[in-house]
Amino acid sequence: MSGNMNLTLKVWRQKNKDDRGKFETYPVQHISPDMSFLEMFDVLNERLINEGKDPVAFDHDCREGICGMCSMFINGRPHGPLQGVTTCQLHMRSFRNGDTIVVEPWRATAFPVIKDLAVDRSAFDRVISAGGFISVNTGNAQDANSIPVPKDDADAAFAAATCIGCGACVAACKNASAMLFVSAKVSQFALLPQGQAERQERVLSMVAQMDAEGFGSCTNTGACEAECPKGISLSNIARMNRDYIGAQLSTQKA
Amino acid sequence: MTTSPKLDARIPEGTLEQKWTKYRSTVPLVNPANKRNLEIIIVGSGLAGASAAAALAELGYKVKVFCFQDSARRAHSIAAQGGINAAKNYQNDGDSTYRLFYDTIKGGDYRAREANVYRLAEVSANIIDQCVAQGVPFAREYGGMLDNRSFGGTQVKRTFYAAGQTGQQLLLGAYSALQRQVGLGQVDMLTRHEMLDIVNVDGKCRGIIARDLVSGKLERHFGHAVLLCSGGYGNVFFLSTNAMGSNVTAAWKAHKKGAFFGNPCFTQIHPTCIPVSGDHQSKLTLMSESLRNDGRIWVPKRKEDADAIRAGKLNPNDLKEEDRDYYLERRYPAFGNLVPRDVASRAAKERCDAGFGVNQTGEAVYLDFAFNMKYKYGKKEATKKGIQNPTEEQLTELGKAVVKEQYGNLFDMYQQITGVNPYENPMMIYPAVHYTMGGLWVDYNLMTSVPGLYALGEANFSDHGANRLGASALMQGLADGYFVIPYTIGAYLSNEIRTRAIDTNHEAFEAAEKSVRERLEKLKNINGTKTVDYFHKRLGKIMWNQCGMARNAEGLKQAIADIQSLRAEFWRDVRVPGGVNEFNPELEKAGRVADFLELGELMCHDALNRNESCGGHFREEFQTEEGEALRDDENFGYVAAWEMTGDANWELHREDLKYENIKIAQRSYK
Ligand SMILES: Cc1cc2nc3c(=O)[nH]c(=O)nc-3n(C[C@H](O)[C@H](O)[C@H](O)COP(=O)(O)OP(=O)(O)OC[C@H]3O[C@@H](n4cnc5c(N)ncnc54)[C@H](O)[C@@H]3O)c2cc1C
Ligand code: SF4
Ligand code: FES
Repeated sequence: MSGNMNLTLKVWRQKNKDDRGKFETYPVQHISPDMSFLEMFDVLNERLINEGKDPVAFDHDCREGICGMCSMFINGRPHGPLQGVTTCQLHMRSFRNGDTIVVEPWRATAFPVIKDLAVDRSAFDRVISAGGFISVNTGNAQDANSIPVPKDDADAAFAAATCIGCGACVAACKNASAMLFVSAKVSQFALLPQGQAERQERVLSMVAQMDAEGFGSCTNTGACEAECPKGISLSNIARMNRDYIGAQLSTQKA
Repeated sequence: MTTSPKLDARIPEGTLEQKWTKYRSTVPLVNPANKRNLEIIIVGSGLAGASAAAALAELGYKVKVFCFQDSARRAHSIAAQGGINAAKNYQNDGDSTYRLFYDTIKGGDYRAREANVYRLAEVSANIIDQCVAQGVPFAREYGGMLDNRSFGGTQVKRTFYAAGQTGQQLLLGAYSALQRQVGLGQVDMLTRHEMLDIVNVDGKCRGIIARDLVSGKLERHFGHAVLLCSGGYGNVFFLSTNAMGSNVTAAWKAHKKGAFFGNPCFTQIHPTCIPVSGDHQSKLTLMSESLRNDGRIWVPKRKEDADAIRAGKLNPNDLKEEDRDYYLERRYPAFGNLVPRDVASRAAKERCDAGFGVNQTGEAVYLDFAFNMKYKYGKKEATKKGIQNPTEEQLTELGKAVVKEQYGNLFDMYQQITGVNPYENPMMIYPAVHYTMGGLWVDYNLMTSVPGLYALGEANFSDHGANRLGASALMQGLADGYFVIPYTIGAYLSNEIRTRAIDTNHEAFEAAEKSVRERLEKLKNINGTKTVDYFHKRLGKIMWNQCGMARNAEGLKQAIADIQSLRAEFWRDVRVPGGVNEFNPELEKAGRVADFLELGELMCHDALNRNESCGGHFREEFQTEEGEALRDDENFGYVAAWEMTGDANWELHREDLKYENIKIAQRSYK
């Protein structure tokens, strides 16, 4: 069953990280408004393969807005025109028949392109390895209800923890800063009693790694919050900045 | 019936309650100095893989983890929604280890091993403790204590959750623990890598062949033991709630090299998923079982009304109470909307087949929140806020806020996909493929029939029998990884401390890599006329129609023939663009579909062999007068473990299931 939308896609094509890359134009026909954006790419790829051409490489997995794998920069906005929606949850009913849609990969020094629309975000993993955890070995734990956590704190920690690690915040930022991502993890633990022991060390290590990966600095423009599909709040950045300054002061004293 | 000599489940002696405790304290240990020299390969970074990797690295083993996504955090476990079970009895409602054990065995329709399930129930409580210590932000009550919700097939509230994103929070917990070990140098994490074969040396598994998905290069990796934590194979049906990349390849390659496949036909069809809307669809989306806590399932009582709704002439909200058929509440008054998944799915199919379906395709039923929004939550909130005689509209508004807090992300997802607002209209749902209870056969230690090769999480067949209860997969994955394998692997590795790392120039590695390379080249060189998806969709249709919610002998025989010819056509006519030595997602897909084509056939053989109905396996020839599954314990009270003996050739081995603690009975939720 196909639909009645006809669109023009301008898609970034880049063979590998060393290739310079360029836009290619593809008309697509008979698109149903019920299709997701990625399903529209499935249709395009099916056609390219049938024509003996190279399909467009893009990252995706869950197609439910939770794994954080999909990552298309659509008409100048990460994950496209809607707020609070990942590329995979964007549906064609958000576009109009006859539209031209420009699709690019995330662009940031710390996220080199692998091919076409797929980029390397392993820098995020390394930031987590630097301190995005509570150091508790398996088997160490006491009964779960022996640490009561006020509901508001638990809810706030949860809200910060819903970051899917997609990198849209970096792609949206003119400095390619990763502050929103890093501060979300820092905040999750800063808000919980379990996270206090390593609170200072955590923020220092994660920020140091973030800088080492080549992410830019934060100039408070707020583009990250506006484009984050999970509504991660700028207040996390403020919290991290406070923690960071506090931690720096106390390590200097020591 | 006796168990095949090839299947030793290695269940420890002693009473059910003592087995694990005693075994755990007597299983041989490996001393810390030796652990440093022992290398463990883990394929998969979902709940099972990430938790095993973290726990084993903490113990001092050298660990290497592989996943095909670009980060360990993106494993399919991230998508789990509703919750995780644990016998904590925090609600004081009569829960206990025994009750969780009993519910799981009964829910599985008496086709799981008692000893494994009891152990699972025992360690369930430790999982919650561990996750909270890691900072997993579970939902809490106002007093600061952990909250619980109910899931299907149980009458207690034992499900811990984090909104509709429990899997995400648990996986991020395990991922953090894993990345911590990466930072400490204990784990080598290889993302964007796909395992394409195991390597056996002198009858033991000693490594894998993996493809670096970015460069396309094949790599050889040695391990004293290999753990497959590669997830389930629901995508054999093409459309399922699984992530696009979920596949059977890791398990299948192991199967082809000697690991028996257990109960391959046991598939879970989940009752509450967003219905299929068109051919363009690439996957189906689950609406968590937790919604059945508050949503009531119904179809119109009269066919005329169903017709009118389908034609768009009648708004379901306007249909009077007495004209609605809450068929689950009617058929199963004791459990109502909370019957297990297999039962709920079949009941939906029965109503739709009888002509009561409510969407254009006739394959949808309603999941309606209006009643509980108003009368359960609305009233409670009104009382809390001291509002006297609230109007109906006020009640709805108040209730909406509560529903939003509990299920907001699911409601948003529903609206995004269907374009319909579920706060105003009842959701439309239909069953879809969701989970596979079948998987690699493992013994009590989680070791497959290949020594040194283990399977954890959804990839093994072990704990859920013929039907898994909701919120029990997350529990099993983390139990296997955090609390079982760190002990049971000692039974094997304590005998391996003298085994030196095998050089990957060994002929077994050489041969395995060669065959992987040849297969990739072959796929690439067919250069036919049809895409990989074309074949995958056709396979999916065959499986769904003949090996789905209802099966019969004739259909299964037909399916086997159809799959064989589809497979031949695939190898003649598939077109895989691009090269082997480069980033090539189509090539990855082609390899996976090639394996699904073989697995699909085995699933049909297994379903055909099992002349009974049990759990998710419903053979139309075997049902009670009321249309319930009719088991045959005498002849089929066994695990079917299939050994591959040649191309599309299998030999069946039976593991007899003994119930010493539970009285086996016909399952009733009435
Ligand atoms: C939408 C949805 C919702 C669910 N909700 C719940 C719930 O609320 N409660 C519950 O208990 N269960 C739920 N489940 C089931 C549960 O999520 C899964 O059974 C469980 O997460 C599986 O975990 P796993 O670790 O075994 O595998 P997965 O999480 O699937 O991980 C598999 C891993 O293996 C890797 N892998 C696979 N093959 C290869 C290969 N060849 N080479 C390299 N790496 C490979 C992948 O990269 C991945 O890292 C849900 C399932 C779905 C689909
Ligand atoms: S903060 Fe938002 S945009 Fe950034 S990685 Fe997390 S979810 Fe994505
Ligand atoms: S594909 Fe998982 S978030 Fe989009």
